[in-house]
Amino acid sequence: MNAWQTWIALWTLVTKEVRRYMRIWPQTLLPPSITMTMYFIIFGNLIGSRIGPMDDIPYIDYIVPGLIMMAVITNSYSNVASSFFSNKFQRSVEEMMVSPMPNWVILAGFVVGGASRGLAVGLIVTVVSMFFTDLSIHHPWVTIGVVIMTALLFSIGGFINALVAHKFDDISIVPIFVLTPLTYLGGVFYSIHMLPAFWQGVSMVNPILYMVNAFRYGILGVSDIPVGGALVAIAVFIVVFFAVGLWMLDRGKGIRS
Amino acid sequence: MAEPALSIRGLTKVYGNGFHALKGIDLDVAEGDFFALLGPNGAGKSTTLGVVSSLVQKTGGSVSVFGIDIDRDFAKAKYHLGVVPQEFNFNQFEKVEDIVLTQAGYYGMPMREAKPRAEQLLRDLGLWDKRKGSARMLSGGMKRRLMIARALIHRPRLLILDEPTAGVDIELRRSMWEFMKRINREGTTIILTTHYLEEAESLCRNIAIINHGDIVQNTSVRDLLAQLNTETFLLDLAQPVETVPELEGFNVERVDATQLALSVERGQRLNDAFAQFSAQGFEIVSMRNRANRLEEMFVSMVEHANAESGRSTDKVEVRS
Repeated sequence: MNAWQTWIALWTLVTKEVRRYMRIWPQTLLPPSITMTMYFIIFGNLIGSRIGPMDDIPYIDYIVPGLIMMAVITNSYSNVASSFFSNKFQRSVEEMMVSPMPNWVILAGFVVGGASRGLAVGLIVTVVSMFFTDLSIHHPWVTIGVVIMTALLFSIGGFINALVAHKFDDISIVPIFVLTPLTYLGGVFYSIHMLPAFWQGVSMVNPILYMVNAFRYGILGVSDIPVGGALVAIAVFIVVFFAVGLWMLDRGKGIRS
Repeated sequence: MAEPALSIRGLTKVYGNGFHALKGIDLDVAEGDFFALLGPNGAGKSTTLGVVSSLVQKTGGSVSVFGIDIDRDFAKAKYHLGVVPQEFNFNQFEKVEDIVLTQAGYYGMPMREAKPRAEQLLRDLGLWDKRKGSARMLSGGMKRRLMIARALIHRPRLLILDEPTAGVDIELRRSMWEFMKRINREGTTIILTTHYLEEAESLCRNIAIINHGDIVQNTSVRDLLAQLNTETFLLDLAQPVETVPELEGFNVERVDATQLALSVERGQRLNDAFAQFSAQGFEIVSMRNRANRLEEMFVSMVEHANAESGRSTDKVEVRS
């Protein structure tokens, strides 16, 4: 394929993915906004007012970046995992396999499509948060960079999960048993400085802590960890995960007999 | 000399469970041919076509499409291939038109080129009125035609049809045959697998029979049928009969009161049989083959191959 044909193929796949989640928006875009509204009401307004400031920041403001990031992570991951697995399940993945489209385009198409849903949901949650607090972004480029990189990283993760999955249960195991606990323990609702030294150390091996804090730094200007290192770590993870996903596709893992 | 549309050499496939699906098959399909690949269930037809279309990873051997080795440049070879698989393999919740246009996009076709092409194909295949509807609302026959439209969107030179008319009613099957004949006349090479041997006999010029991962026959349909020694005809009588008429040189069996089965060996003339029927006062109102000729040949060939290889004779599934 020449560069123009490759671009058409990539655009086709991305628009197909966007069309898919827009078609079923009551399942894909609406629930996160309702869930996050509940978080803002309960943890922000009702409980948050009694907790007091966190790192000298009103509690509701403190949790906004973490909640946005939580929505971005779960939606990016689950979009690609469920979409690609559905393609496998319905065998429509064969439409792509018989075409001359390179494997990196297939991977990139799903990842960009999934990331776009994560970012769309993140935007919706951000708009919802404005009904509860006034947001002012301290470092716009860090904020945008971190949220896009995080959405891409978890989209790739969802793709790899879908490749190895044999049944629908297999694509819900990671979100339920890995992503959700790591997100909750990743400093969404608290600063790790509140934890005893041992648990602070344990928290430092949680990759989501770095994403949440880097995003919080972008919006609020405060972070528990060095932001530069977090950005580099996310970028490295993206490269490694993309390479693993591509290697699996090239080998036909989970899709070729 | 023109490169064959498909050239397969020593193709082997061993699945993870140790099953040898293909045992080193060689096959050539000439450009412009209408070629049938026949065989009982599990013989290796779909595995062969799966390797050619990249859905199955081969264990050994080589495959070339119009001279392009798939190990060297599969992407280039894929431009020449259109694939209609046995199972429905599209997103049932997508619109009919979107399925075809998306496939065009996967081949890097610009929308301004893809849209008129999709319209032409959907009209030709009787799906234009359904283009805005969800694919799951289509009947089984329409879904098969949708897969044909999708496979042809990028103008492939080689079309692979894996049981394209399975489950399609007779009228629709005939119209699909006409469509396939037309695109073959227009230059598209077609490889067809089917259980309807009448389909292979009507459409195809050349034929290969695969059994237990080996090619047991690879010849023209005409030569294959010439090997058939005996044909059996069913004769419908105007009046019921109680006893079987005796014809000199012919074997006749009574099927029921108004139907006889007449066996005619190669070299015998039907006129001789009819003359004897007339002389004995039997009035015949209609006649047809008891079974498809190719079907008889196919069954005997597969059973012969099984017997030679010492396998139990499998039940050979054919539909006509």
